[in-house]
Amino acid sequence: MEVIGWFTDPANWSGTSGIPNRMLEHLVLAGLAILIGCLIAIPVGLFIGHTGKGAGAAVAIGNLGRAIPSYALLVIFVPLLGIGFFNALAALVLLSLPPILTNTYAGLQGVDRDLVEAGRGMGMRERQILRGVELPLALPVILAGVRIASVQVVATATLAALVAGGALGRFIVDGFAQQNTPMLVGGAILVALLAILTERFMTILEHRATSPGLRAVLDAGSERPAEVAAPTPS
Amino acid sequence: MPEFLRRYGGQLADGLVDHVVLTAIAIGVGFTLSLILTLLIVRWRRLGGPIIAGAGILYTIPSLALFAVLVPITGLSLLSAEIGLISYTLLILVRNTLQGLDGISPDIIEAADGLGHTRTQRLLRVELPLAMPLIIAGLRIATVTTIGLVMVTAVIGEGGLGQVLLRGFNLRNWGIVYAALIVMIVLAIVADGGLGFAGRLLTPWARRGSR
Repeated sequence: MEVIGWFTDPANWSGTSGIPNRMLEHLVLAGLAILIGCLIAIPVGLFIGHTGKGAGAAVAIGNLGRAIPSYALLVIFVPLLGIGFFNALAALVLLSLPPILTNTYAGLQGVDRDLVEAGRGMGMRERQILRGVELPLALPVILAGVRIASVQVVATATLAALVAGGALGRFIVDGFAQQNTPMLVGGAILVALLAILTERFMTILEHRATSPGLRAVLDAGSERPAEVAAPTPS
Repeated sequence: MPEFLRRYGGQLADGLVDHVVLTAIAIGVGFTLSLILTLLIVRWRRLGGPIIAGAGILYTIPSLALFAVLVPITGLSLLSAEIGLISYTLLILVRNTLQGLDGISPDIIEAADGLGHTRTQRLLRVELPLAMPLIIAGLRIATVTTIGLVMVTAVIGEGGLGQVLLRGFNLRNWGIVYAALIVMIVLAIVADGGLGFAGRLLTPWARRGSR
């Protein structure tokens, strides 16, 4: 009941420590991290998948990503970057890389070699094969990687409050410190909702971005690409 | 280095022991629970969707949020930590065990029935052993993940090495922070390797088959 009181108190809806601002901080931090993560991991994954060079390294990075907990990533940068936004951002970018990289690489690996050969036979250049054949076919798997990374990053941005200032995790950390249960539970509900909404949103995006020709094949059944990077809870 | 170990070795060892205990309880209870859930799904297929979806939602909730919701109910306690840790193991373990059981060829099931096995005998002597590789794979993923998540339980006063790390962090003592991290990563690697080894011991036929 007190939690409802916390949500309906107008004081909690304004100012720097209000819900809208904390939500915005959370979304900016997580969104920026995923964007940078994609800009790094997708090109590298495409290169590895297309050329086959460095495949072993991609798999190793994927496994390592699971072994290092997100909490640890947030802490190790503090001596270098200090406490604050950039420390949290660097940790979250690193966290987002393994699932995107492994899925991009594996998505390209999963493309039927005959189709690539057919493209080559039709006189397509390597770049055209990558853009016109491999990328559309691998897109569902790549986006699954982005979805997994996004959920992880949104969830872990909560932990950022332990080492860095803002975002929704602030409510939880301060709730613990001040023994303010309504704030603690309210913050937890907001974070959980945001994580679940992110997952839903990305699933819809994944479906929308799948080429219509491919969608028919995928919906028909057995060939649905497996999620290659299993998500890790944060 | 010896000086460092003399000063902090005790703390690290205590943290390591707590860490192992927290992880072992979570995996032990989580595995038992997931086995029960999987058997329920195998018996009543219609339960499959809701159980997997429920485990999936638990899996998506950030750990800090889950602990935050638990604390007002179960307090700053081992129980709160374990409820959180256990709930994160369920999705991986149920999914892998189910996949292992479903992957068994119907011919083998029929052969087992033909030999006069009861349902229970068939499960214990045929189905579970054959599903073992996937069960072990699930246990490895769940264990490594749990070892990482135990670090977060430091915020509710548990945490094993996470507690050592958090204390070091608050004192800005980077030596102890990195030491705690390294010990944790080594623990994860050893646990993963150990389970992989146990898996090979438990499935001698798989080794013979691959030769």
